[in-house]
Amino acid sequence: MSETQMDKTLPASEQTSGSEAAPRGDVVIEIDDVSFAYDGKKEVIRNVSMDVRRNEVTAFIGPSGCGKTTLLRCLNRMNDLIPTAAITNGEIRILDTNIYDPAVDVIELRKHVGMVFQKYNPFPKSIYENVAYGLRIQGIRNKAVLDQAVEESLIAAGLWEEVKDRLDASGLGLSGGQQQRLCIARTIAVQPKIILMDEPCSALDPISTTKIEDLITQLKAHFTIVIVTHNMQQATRVSDKTAFFYLGELIEMDETTRIFTNPSKRQTEDYISGRFG
Amino acid sequence: MHDVNTKVASGQNPFATTRHTAKRNEFIFAQVLRGATYFILLCAFVVFGDIFIKGAPIVFQADFPYINTDFFTKSPETLVVFETVDGEEHQLGFTDFTEYKAANPQVEIVKEHTHSYSAGGILGPLVGTALLTLICIVVALFIGLAAAIYLNEYSGKGKFMDAVRLAILNLAGVPSIVFGLFGLGLFCLFFPVIVPEENLRTKLAFELFGSGEFLAFQGWGTSMLAGGLTLAVMILPVIITACEESLKAIPQGFREASLALGATKWQSIRTAVLPYAFPGMLTASILGITRVAGETAPIMFTAALAHKDKLPWQEIGGHGTNVVFEFFSQSVQALPYHIYTVAARIPQSEYTKPMQYGSVFVFMVLVMILAALSVYLRIHYRSKLKW
Repeated sequence: MSETQMDKTLPASEQTSGSEAAPRGDVVIEIDDVSFAYDGKKEVIRNVSMDVRRNEVTAFIGPSGCGKTTLLRCLNRMNDLIPTAAITNGEIRILDTNIYDPAVDVIELRKHVGMVFQKYNPFPKSIYENVAYGLRIQGIRNKAVLDQAVEESLIAAGLWEEVKDRLDASGLGLSGGQQQRLCIARTIAVQPKIILMDEPCSALDPISTTKIEDLITQLKAHFTIVIVTHNMQQATRVSDKTAFFYLGELIEMDETTRIFTNPSKRQTEDYISGRFG
Repeated sequence: MHDVNTKVASGQNPFATTRHTAKRNEFIFAQVLRGATYFILLCAFVVFGDIFIKGAPIVFQADFPYINTDFFTKSPETLVVFETVDGEEHQLGFTDFTEYKAANPQVEIVKEHTHSYSAGGILGPLVGTALLTLICIVVALFIGLAAAIYLNEYSGKGKFMDAVRLAILNLAGVPSIVFGLFGLGLFCLFFPVIVPEENLRTKLAFELFGSGEFLAFQGWGTSMLAGGLTLAVMILPVIITACEESLKAIPQGFREASLALGATKWQSIRTAVLPYAFPGMLTASILGITRVAGETAPIMFTAALAHKDKLPWQEIGGHGTNVVFEFFSQSVQALPYHIYTVAARIPQSEYTKPMQYGSVFVFMVLVMILAALSVYLRIHYRSKLKW
């Protein structure tokens, strides 16, 4: 990718700034009237518009099949893997750039929009190599650079103290919660601006879940986080904003406290009070 | 049908069976299934047992070094059986017989008779089979792996890809003798070679830049290269299918995680898929080797000779860059073809038996070693790579 394209994906001010210095609250992801279909015909997301703000945690909630994971996977274009799937209307702008523009290199996009998956999926490699993976595929070989990135990422993911003596052990030897934090460290290592989390705790026990939730709260200082969750308590614990989806439409999006105490839509109230879903 | 309560009250067993026919049928069917399964075991026992009992004494011997080294260090030659006047019977290979006659001119030989290919050892066929298998597996793995990666990772769905898959499936069902004829036609009689004018045998030839050398479509002749490629074409469907299955077994999560970290598609395949699919591919290729090593039909027109005095490296002169091509352009002996020759193409007698059983025994042990190796590797890697 050329320098100019790089600049297009990522404004110069964004490239250099430490995220802490950037002001909290300006819009990083703009979803503008987006519809999406897997087969080109049947829309599973319809005319969704929302803004995701910097250094906030935005939670997507809603019953199964409401399109929340699909929308999340539009944000780093993971849906490109399905040949017939495409956005049928509207556009998604990340850092003021339409990410479905032909000039956008999806590889560059994904370096800046990282993803943590529902089922923790570390590679069958050592802990060290798992974290270094993203840097290695960028061609970074310098041992000192890698060492530092691995240590910093593991510290940021709250895993360093537990694994620092066995970095060469297989990542698959860790417990489920540790594996998921390893996956978070792996994502952090490539220094994305945005981290997408697709139900990151659904395969974990309550104690591991608590650790991941604490971690999300800490990571908020450096990253903008979008999290899909089935667990409404989790949304109240970790998120600043909550978006409620139902049958492919965004019903309501607001401050999390408002959504869970005083929603403006009847459907939202029915869902959060457990009347359906 | 009595009520359970009345049975209990009258002291009868309330759970005694009422379905005698069903129980008898159950028993019969179970025994039929068991019999069919044990029949396989019986077949294996008879086949292996017979070969081990008759073949092992040829290959092993009672005294040091416990292995009949001649059997592995000599190539097949004619067996000469004769009696001297004192009535003593001798069995010697043709070379030894010639030496014996030269060394003992005074001995009068009576009742001399010869048996083709029944003396010496199987070095030539072993070497030939190894070389053929090597060429085959290198070519088949390269093409098969590439095709499997394309099919599983890149190609979409559609009529054309369905046709490709159908072609692969059908290729797997083609009889091996057809592959042999195909190899003869394509590789031995048509593939282009560069030859000087005096060696031209076809009109379909083009002179190369006025050098006096011609690119002639006259084929490679009976050669290792032709045989190896024929075997490769034959084994391709197996290799493609096996490689594709290994790729399918890799969790989609690895690919997604890799792509989400900013890897290109090829990077993700190379670093997050292939390393973990490798063990499966390895075991499949080893099983593929055992299969091609045993094929006779594809090589009988394309590569194999019943008899050849010299080993491949004993015959080529130093011809500079052409040495490699010349080496692989030779025809060779091959173990399965050798077995076919000694078992079916020479007059049978008690003197031909040792060579037959010895060859088959060695061949079977080789196949078993390879099969065991593939099982071992699978267990070894599976314990290492678990997810």
